[in-house]
Amino acid sequence: MSADGAGVSARRVGGHERVTGQQEYLADIRQPHALHVKLVALDVARARILNIDTTEAEQVPGVSLVMTAADLPQPVPRFGPQFQDRPVLAVGETKYHGEPVAAVAAETKDAAEAAARLVVVEHEVLPAVFSVAEALDPGSPLVQEPGLRPDDPLAGTNILREHHFGWGDVDTSAADLVVENTYTFPIVTHFAIEPHGFMAAPDGDGIVIWSAIQHPYLLQKMMAKLLGMPLASVRVLAPDPGGAFGGKQNAKLEPLVAFIALRTGRPVRLILTLEETFQAVRRASAEITVRTGFVEDGTLAFQDIEANFLIGAYADIADRVVSKSSYLGCGPYRTPAARILARAILSHTTPSTAFRGFGIPQLTWARESNLDEGAHVLGIDRLEIRLRNLVADGEAFIPGDTAADGDWAQSVRKAAELIKWDSPVPAGRGRGLAIGLKSGPTAGLSYSTVRLLADGSGVVYSGTSDMGQGARTIFAQIVSQELGVPLDRISVVMGDTAVVPYDQQTSASRSSVFMGTAVLRACQEIQAQLCEMASRLHGIDASEIVVENGVVRLPDGEAAIVEVLQQGLAPLGGELVGNGEMRKQGDPDHPLGGSAAFFEFNCTATEVEVDQETGETLLHRYVTVGDVGRAMNPIQVAGQDEGAAIMGLGHTLMEHIILDESGRIQNLGAIDYRIPTSNDLPLELVSASVENGDGPGPYGIKGIAEGALLPTAPAVAGAVREATGAFIRDLPLTPERIWQALQERP
Amino acid sequence: MIPAGALAMTFTVNGTVRTLEVATHHTLLDVLRDQLDLTGTKECCAEGECGACTVLVDGRSVNSCLMLAVEADGSEIATVEGLASDGELGPLQQAFLDKGAAQCGFCIPGQLMSAQALLARNPLPTVDEVHDGLVGNLCRCAGYQQITEAVLAAAESVNR
Repeated sequence: MSADGAGVSARRVGGHERVTGQQEYLADIRQPHALHVKLVALDVARARILNIDTTEAEQVPGVSLVMTAADLPQPVPRFGPQFQDRPVLAVGETKYHGEPVAAVAAETKDAAEAAARLVVVEHEVLPAVFSVAEALDPGSPLVQEPGLRPDDPLAGTNILREHHFGWGDVDTSAADLVVENTYTFPIVTHFAIEPHGFMAAPDGDGIVIWSAIQHPYLLQKMMAKLLGMPLASVRVLAPDPGGAFGGKQNAKLEPLVAFIALRTGRPVRLILTLEETFQAVRRASAEITVRTGFVEDGTLAFQDIEANFLIGAYADIADRVVSKSSYLGCGPYRTPAARILARAILSHTTPSTAFRGFGIPQLTWARESNLDEGAHVLGIDRLEIRLRNLVADGEAFIPGDTAADGDWAQSVRKAAELIKWDSPVPAGRGRGLAIGLKSGPTAGLSYSTVRLLADGSGVVYSGTSDMGQGARTIFAQIVSQELGVPLDRISVVMGDTAVVPYDQQTSASRSSVFMGTAVLRACQEIQAQLCEMASRLHGIDASEIVVENGVVRLPDGEAAIVEVLQQGLAPLGGELVGNGEMRKQGDPDHPLGGSAAFFEFNCTATEVEVDQETGETLLHRYVTVGDVGRAMNPIQVAGQDEGAAIMGLGHTLMEHIILDESGRIQNLGAIDYRIPTSNDLPLELVSASVENGDGPGPYGIKGIAEGALLPTAPAVAGAVREATGAFIRDLPLTPERIWQALQERP
Repeated sequence: MIPAGALAMTFTVNGTVRTLEVATHHTLLDVLRDQLDLTGTKECCAEGECGACTVLVDGRSVNSCLMLAVEADGSEIATVEGLASDGELGPLQQAFLDKGAAQCGFCIPGQLMSAQALLARNPLPTVDEVHDGLVGNLCRCAGYQQITEAVLAAAESVNR
């Protein structure tokens, strides 16, 4: 077996560049003679644009163009991954705080910034909606022009889409106890440390676009359509993102920089500030009412969920977030009857988009907390009530859909054991335990090409985006496992649609499974060619030769792949090329357009102390256990798992975007919007995995990058409740909120 | 392009003396990245909160986004590009690589420079001291445990 193969904590491919400052992120790419772009926006959410005076801005030395919507093709092109509703620049009115109304392109950043301040936007502030209640009030203004969805009966409302899922009959289900509560989840933002950046340059009859985007090929397709160019004329260069977390999945300002580049005939560069990045992406907030019906022994009778997600001013991928997460709202529990109503509700706020967990953290917060409340009333242990209802391996829990693909009780028991659930709780502390479950991708298509070069080194081509999850390392490990090439002799080429074959997207923790399978199949093609070579060289029938795990097995012994390769390629040299494909078709009859390729399952358990005077929480011990199938690279699995847990502690304890009465983000920037630091870690953080090799990916792996963030909030809140007796149903659990709850205790 | 109001300054960057004209309103970060092409130092919050732009100025860790370049006149600056010598990784770099501390990697140059400053003043820090020493460097991948392990391992390897 290869020293760098499956199951080894191989060093990160790209790690050397990352510790030496040589890794080239988007903003590090230099374009000679590029124009610098600065956005112009209003300091209010919704306003009618009466006039834009660019005269003074155009006088600033070095300014090449001040672009407004009037300079774009008319009607102004709109785009989006699910609905084509978002204009390249605001048309007629702004719909959220920070929406660009104009853009300045100039020879220097200084000139662009100076000129942007001189663009005068005459405007009239308009009434707007910033909450679920306001948006659903029939007297409130509409966020979206009804003309954008002419045949939609909901077009006269702020509801973009309403989804109904369920089975059985909730209304006739007998229950001994019904517990109903409403839980809220705040607006939070991705806060990738790399702010978003975009560049574009004309390229003959086509265009080159640089974006640290997770889905370069979706961007290519969208830009080709928007610009009326063939796919072959749109080249997307996608350098590794400096963190993405879903925020860099779909196009944001790429169309704007493309139009500026085509208009000026120059390369253009737009690097957002962190504040502008906050105004570009966020997670949907939610108000979720859960009615859980229990039989006396804790068995679930029904779950009845109404989930109202406040999405932003444009749809982005938010409606998919709503439907996909709500569909799985009842979790991994045997639920005889279920009714799920989910709404994607437009508002005059930052467009919400994919964010690690894809809606599941919101649903999990509500469902798991309500399960705790039920257990409390019934006097049943919170671990016990979960184990009692948890589905077994292979058991379907949504009728007609993918069955449980793991022995999930193992993860739950392991988490309980690691937190010492059965031991007495120390005075002043409480424990919590919660379960998160998320669907992997419902459809997908990934191609990969692998080249085995004449000296036995290898090159992998993949359209995946390595945003820190370590995809390059995983793909290289697969090549190492199959072809015996050491990791330091493998290059992984990504991020250029002119070079790498098509990949649908980097999302839903799919890459190890989907692209991993494509890489594996490409390696298998090369193994077949090596087999033919060995057959020819040794005069043995190919059926007597096996190429696996990096060696060529002959009837009378083994040969190194590189030996067979070099003898086989002689005298001209050359290389072997393998192509692999992984395809999961959708299912048009499925409510989500396809069943889950796999599930991410996580059980999190915590032990928390609450300062009764200040409401501050101290996390003594924090345990996350994921059902990972197999840890392809244990260090990377731990890194993703712990990282997800700590990110989850952000929305659980401290993060929330605060809007003022005119929809302006009040805590815009790193000073006022706090994310976890090295001083916010649990005193003891344990990341563990259950490995049964039962995933659909190479060597039995599953996707793992999101699981630990799904149940963080209910696992911590459950501990806070045990420590204080206070049920808190709104996040984040700030000291102020906990202190308030302590004062209101009966 | 240097606008009016530029000043000549001289400083040492990673051991090399550099003399250049800088705009008086440009930060040390601007000059490192845009004039000296030392893009290892990163820009994120531009208000001294995230630590991505951390460099050493005369041995002290500094948010280079908060320091005007002209203030660095006559100083010795160390950036991530100076941590390796003759192609050999420094002990912190090696430990970050070994412990899997770099995920997306964007915060890592800043983490390394803060860790460098920490170990210079406290060669064998405790876990809490590492957390305190690096509290100004945000990592959204939240690889804090791996980063801490790496700093402790580097300290141990140097002091062994």
